[in-house]
Amino acid sequence: MRSQVEDQGAAPGDESDREGLSEGLGSYAVGLALACLLTLASFALPSLDLVWAPSLPVALAVLAIAQMGVHLVFFLHVTSGPDNVNNVMALAFGLFIVILIIGGSLYIMHAMNQNMGMHGMSM
Amino acid sequence: MTAIPSHHHDSARRIVSGYGFWIFLLSDFVMFSALFASFAVLVHATDGGPGPHDLFELRTVEMETAALLASSFTSGLATIAAARRRMAAFQLAMAATGLLGLVFLALEIKEFVGLVNQGAGPQRSAFLSAFFTLVGCHGLHVALGLLWLTTMMAQAFAKGFRADVLRRLLCFALFWHALDIIWVGLFTVVYLYGVYL
Repeated sequence: MRSQVEDQGAAPGDESDREGLSEGLGSYAVGLALACLLTLASFALPSLDLVWAPSLPVALAVLAIAQMGVHLVFFLHVTSGPDNVNNVMALAFGLFIVILIIGGSLYIMHAMNQNMGMHGMSM
Repeated sequence: MTAIPSHHHDSARRIVSGYGFWIFLLSDFVMFSALFASFAVLVHATDGGPGPHDLFELRTVEMETAALLASSFTSGLATIAAARRRMAAFQLAMAATGLLGLVFLALEIKEFVGLVNQGAGPQRSAFLSAFFTLVGCHGLHVALGLLWLTTMMAQAFAKGFRADVLRRLLCFALFWHALDIIWVGLFTVVYLYGVYL
């Protein structure tokens, strides 16, 4: 009987392991610590002069994506476990659309500005 | 279906509700991605007016970020308290979440009023239109989340931790955590890129 329910997967936000409620607090605490660390790094990095200036946007983007991953795993409990396949598949499709919209818009507008000779683009 | 005991039935409904709400959140992410894209395209279109360097104060953004991250954590504490059926701890964690959300919203409104008062309202340039649309849409989500939060506090108080109340709490927690994910993209792309690049 139990396996019949487990086959249907887990709701996003639920712990994969229903018995491990005491571990729940640990998950949120680890998530909070990692998120604090990544946030501090994001805000401190530009003024610390640690990275080569032209690489700053990439470094900040990597920190932001890492923090989004931390939130997904430790706060929303979207994991790679077998009961989470549906949640991850939906997330992957959502990410695909998000990347298509943002990347596509930036690419199209950049190409258009180049063709129009508007290199600085100060409308 | 009748052969399955009721707690198994509740568990299945919980999975379906949570999954459905997860799909909604992903569609919300897609909507935000369109707002992010238009902001990124229009960020230089300042029409000779003030740009990100002149307008944004990172001190405010740091406080907003801290408030929202802390509220995401206390929302997690509320989820744990609800799972353990501890009403007092649950109400306390939800109240803390709501107060931190209110702090975030107050800081954002203060920033918006300051911008409008120095002539940098949404009508000033395409950059500012995109800025107010993107950040304001997130702020609107937080405001609606606060309304939902107080509703859930009242429902849990009046009805106890019934299965339907717990399903709504699961969805609320997902919503609140998702807002923090959007904010990570916001403070990076809008504020840090705006001030330093």
